Amino acid sequence: MSEGVVVKVAGPLVVARGLQDPKMYDLVKVGTERLMGEIIELRGDRASIQVYEETAGMGPGDEVVSTGEPLSVELGPGLLGSIYDGVQRPLDVIRKKHGNYIARGVEEPGLDREKSWDFLAVAQEGDQVQPGDVLGTVQETSVILHKLMVPPGIAGRLAGISSGSFNVEQPVAVIEREGGQVEVTMLQRWPVRQSRVVATKLAPAEPLITGQRIIDTFFPIARGGTACVPGPFGSGKTVLQHAIAKWANAEIVVFVGCGERGNEMTDVLLEFPEITDPYTGRPLMERTLLIANTSNMPVAAREASIYTGITLAEYYRDMGYNVALQADSTSRWAEALREISGRLEEMPGEEGYPAYLGTRLAAFYERAGRAVCLGAERRQGSITAVGSVSPPGGDLSEPVTQATLRIVKVFWGLEDKLAFARHFPAINWLISYSLYRDKMEEFLRAEVDEEFPALMEEAMAILQREAELQEIVRLVGIEALSFQERLILETAKSLREDFLQQNAFDEADAFTSMRKQFLMLTAIMTLHRSSVQALERGGDIKDVLQAPVRADIATCKFIREEDLVQFDAIIARTREQLAVAPAAG
Amino acid sequence: MLKEYLSIKEIVGPLLLVEGVEGAKYGELVEVEFPDGSLGLGNVLEVEEDKVLLQSFESTRGMNTTQTRVRFTGKGIELGVSRDLLGRTFDGLGRPIDGGPRILPDKRLDIYGNPINPYARDYPTDFIQTGISSIDGLNPLVRGQKLPIFSASGLPHSRIAAQIARQAGVLGRQEEFAVVFGAMGITFEEADYFIEDFRNTAAIERSVLFINLADDPAIERIATPRMALTAAEYLAYELNMHVLVILTDMTYYCEALREISAARKEVPGRRGYPGYLYTDLATIYERAGRIKEASGSITQIPVLSMPDDDKTHPIPDLTGYITEGQIILSRELHRRGIYPPIDVLPSLSRLKEKGIGEGKTREDHSALSNQLFSAYARGKEVKELQVILGEAALTPEDRLYSSFTDEFEDRFIRQGEHEDRSIEETLGIGWDLLKILPRSELKRVKEEQIARYMGTEGGPA
Ligand SMILES: Nc1ncnc2c1ncn2[C@@H]1O[C@H](COP(=O)(O)OP(=O)(O)O)[C@@H](O)[C@H]1O
Ligand SMILES: [Mg+2]
Repeated sequence: MSEGVVVKVAGPLVVARGLQDPKMYDLVKVGTERLMGEIIELRGDRASIQVYEETAGMGPGDEVVSTGEPLSVELGPGLLGSIYDGVQRPLDVIRKKHGNYIARGVEEPGLDREKSWDFLAVAQEGDQVQPGDVLGTVQETSVILHKLMVPPGIAGRLAGISSGSFNVEQPVAVIEREGGQVEVTMLQRWPVRQSRVVATKLAPAEPLITGQRIIDTFFPIARGGTACVPGPFGSGKTVLQHAIAKWANAEIVVFVGCGERGNEMTDVLLEFPEITDPYTGRPLMERTLLIANTSNMPVAAREASIYTGITLAEYYRDMGYNVALQADSTSRWAEALREISGRLEEMPGEEGYPAYLGTRLAAFYERAGRAVCLGAERRQGSITAVGSVSPPGGDLSEPVTQATLRIVKVFWGLEDKLAFARHFPAINWLISYSLYRDKMEEFLRAEVDEEFPALMEEAMAILQREAELQEIVRLVGIEALSFQERLILETAKSLREDFLQQNAFDEADAFTSMRKQFLMLTAIMTLHRSSVQALERGGDIKDVLQAPVRADIATCKFIREEDLVQFDAIIARTREQLAVAPAAG
Repeated sequence: MLKEYLSIKEIVGPLLLVEGVEGAKYGELVEVEFPDGSLGLGNVLEVEEDKVLLQSFESTRGMNTTQTRVRFTGKGIELGVSRDLLGRTFDGLGRPIDGGPRILPDKRLDIYGNPINPYARDYPTDFIQTGISSIDGLNPLVRGQKLPIFSASGLPHSRIAAQIARQAGVLGRQEEFAVVFGAMGITFEEADYFIEDFRNTAAIERSVLFINLADDPAIERIATPRMALTAAEYLAYELNMHVLVILTDMTYYCEALREISAARKEVPGRRGYPGYLYTDLATIYERAGRIKEASGSITQIPVLSMPDDDKTHPIPDLTGYITEGQIILSRELHRRGIYPPIDVLPSLSRLKEKGIGEGKTREDHSALSNQLFSAYARGKEVKELQVILGEAALTPEDRLYSSFTDEFEDRFIRQGEHEDRSIEETLGIGWDLLKILPRSELKRVKEEQIARYMGTEGGPA
């Protein structure tokens, strides 16, 4: 530890002098309240520190102590179900001990020291172990088996290990290596700005099923993939992120509320324990971990929050889990970066963002991915990262959106026009894309139906055609269209209203399985094809457009997952009603 | 003992640079004594070694570098609070301007406060009936919400805000409530309008007013909303009241912030506003809410005027990114004489789903509002088409939508300034309007609801 003194305070930035041998990104404690901060620039003996708490009341002469360690998170059982701030302080504990407001200088460890866990040894005394090998397990929640892994950098002979009830600080194993013995506890630490090591990276191979129709069918995200959701305020970024957190078939969800609303975190906290995970039948909270550094909390901690989040995600990936990480919103992270950069008086780039915005963003998303994890088991795990982007004025040409689009592989473009018409999710199907689509098609063919990709393409073609036809209608009126073209408009409308629109707040509509997505699309497209045929056979356009089965299709979304057989009847009815369309007269 | 200095080196706009200072703290409150003996306040924006940068809340006119004294108070900016705040009027820095006695404070609170622990929050769920259909029916206000009014010059935002303050109440409950009013940079006339309105409805006894007018020092406005919210937090969480906070006009607040930022030569963000505007606004708006186990609450209605009627201007834009929705006023509706001229489509209440429905308002509320929204959206499109192609180009269905739109604006949106509609009335009008449309178009409401609320009579099949 070395001591220095504050010479300057400018908002979240404090400059100190006299620290001995300070290193970049070392964690320091500032002032009598011992506020946490991190060294982010060194010039001569002046160290610039971003402070994770409000600095009011600090001034020159206050002492600064360096811990000599980088900002790290605590890893071990007890993470799931927690809510942390951007530097992993447990907000529930803080409230219990310190009241409703986050006072400054509060120090609470990320993991509960008192709580005992039942540790079950898996490895045996005498085993040769290397980093990533599983020493034992703890049932962290009813759905997640926590694996205690040999920490990176440690290998040798397992000199001792015992099952039993331990708290996170008690040693459960001893590893003998050159230079002596190391005790292993269930508590490990990892610096947040450094990615955890994997054996090999793998290309994404299968989709993360989100239960959101427009995503899974048209713009899928792969497990281990990256996606962004840009959109103006009120267009539905947060609701979409929450929907993915609720319904995605990930085993672990890390949700980072980065510079957004406090109530949105409350919403998750109140709702997730009540919602049953469709895959495990257990409350969602048992697989969820929250980082909440809301907009009114200190900006420097907001900057750190996404790193804290992804480090925790990596830890569970290393156990072999598929993790979904959501950052809402990465723009607020970028703004924090900009604010600190401004205080450092760095040369500003576009719109005041620092020139390294793009590389920092890329480095963050690069920590997502699918991988073979360390350890003899060669477990596979993945992190799927989805970041919201909040472009000022909804203008996608701004720097954060542009930098993000250069990195991520999926773009779900939200549009306020759709939101105003209460078309949700307000993802514009004409501008969005997924670079995983080809790969995911194989999966859909094999796992859902051979026909699925073709059906999807046919549907998308109709939606695209609709946009062209609408342009014509706008210019010269509906009369200019042929009956076939009017039919396209009608089918497109059905695709929009009966398939793409999905109400996140309706119990039956919120989640749709792949099978049901396929059936819904089949129903709509069967009606379309039958209608085309009816017209060709000289059927009357009015009768075709007013086929009673259209009403059935409009309510398809409310068919329960256990009642999917109902689709057979609807499809049969469709064929029937349009087959008997009267001949031309 | 206060430390006093006569060592101002620079005065630039609202900023003072003082040298040779010992022990100054970031954020500290300072007293400035002008050469003529008058007093002003300021606070520390930056401190480096013995150099301190201050912002003066008082205009720097008449200040000089030789005879102006600066005293460091050793504490932050505070507001003295007690129950006696109720019924009182203060300036933008919390000094009484109503001729009444000084407040004997129960305690003194730092106006910047600390952030609410997100874990301590309770989700807002109690519907507030404002008696205004376009709000209650479509974009309902919920207790503990922050719901701004996006207005523009010449639009009746003050009348709407006053109407809400007058009529707001939670269904079926009588509870202690208060109104805190923070005025930043508005005209005397506007402020007077509120004060008179509060007086006429006897709401004045339950109100606390902080008034910074257009000709008051601009930088003082930076403190005003925080004064108001500090008072509100005291009333809500220590005296258990439900507090409605009206902050008007946030645009002038932001301009004061820009002025400081420009004087500091900071790298500007969009349109000259500082890059930290979002965070700064969040520290104001996020002070709305409910806290677990607390019986009081803070509901915020900030009012802002959109420069050039532009919703993408940084002030409304960043506000919308923080608040839980927005009520947007439309110049077009206003021109057509419709009061309140609420543009319902881009307006939004993000807490709607949690605040309405069975047991809160009525079981059909959500479905009905979605149906009205989408019908009105479609109707507006039809109207546009009609302008370009003429009435003749419309299909029969289009025509129904067109007349729905007219009726909707005339009967649902339009209402009297003193008309206090119950939620049943509002929903009733909504169902009545849907009769204009073909049944097959009503995809967002359930059959049972149609049967129950619309009856079988009327409406094209
Ligand atoms: N899938 C959806 N289903 C129903 N309503 C939605 C959906 N997505 C968004 N909304 C509505 O839009 C509002 C704004 O969504 P939100 O996700 O908070 O926007 P953003 O995060 O982009 O500002 C929500 O409060 C809700 O009313
Ligand atoms: Mg959001």
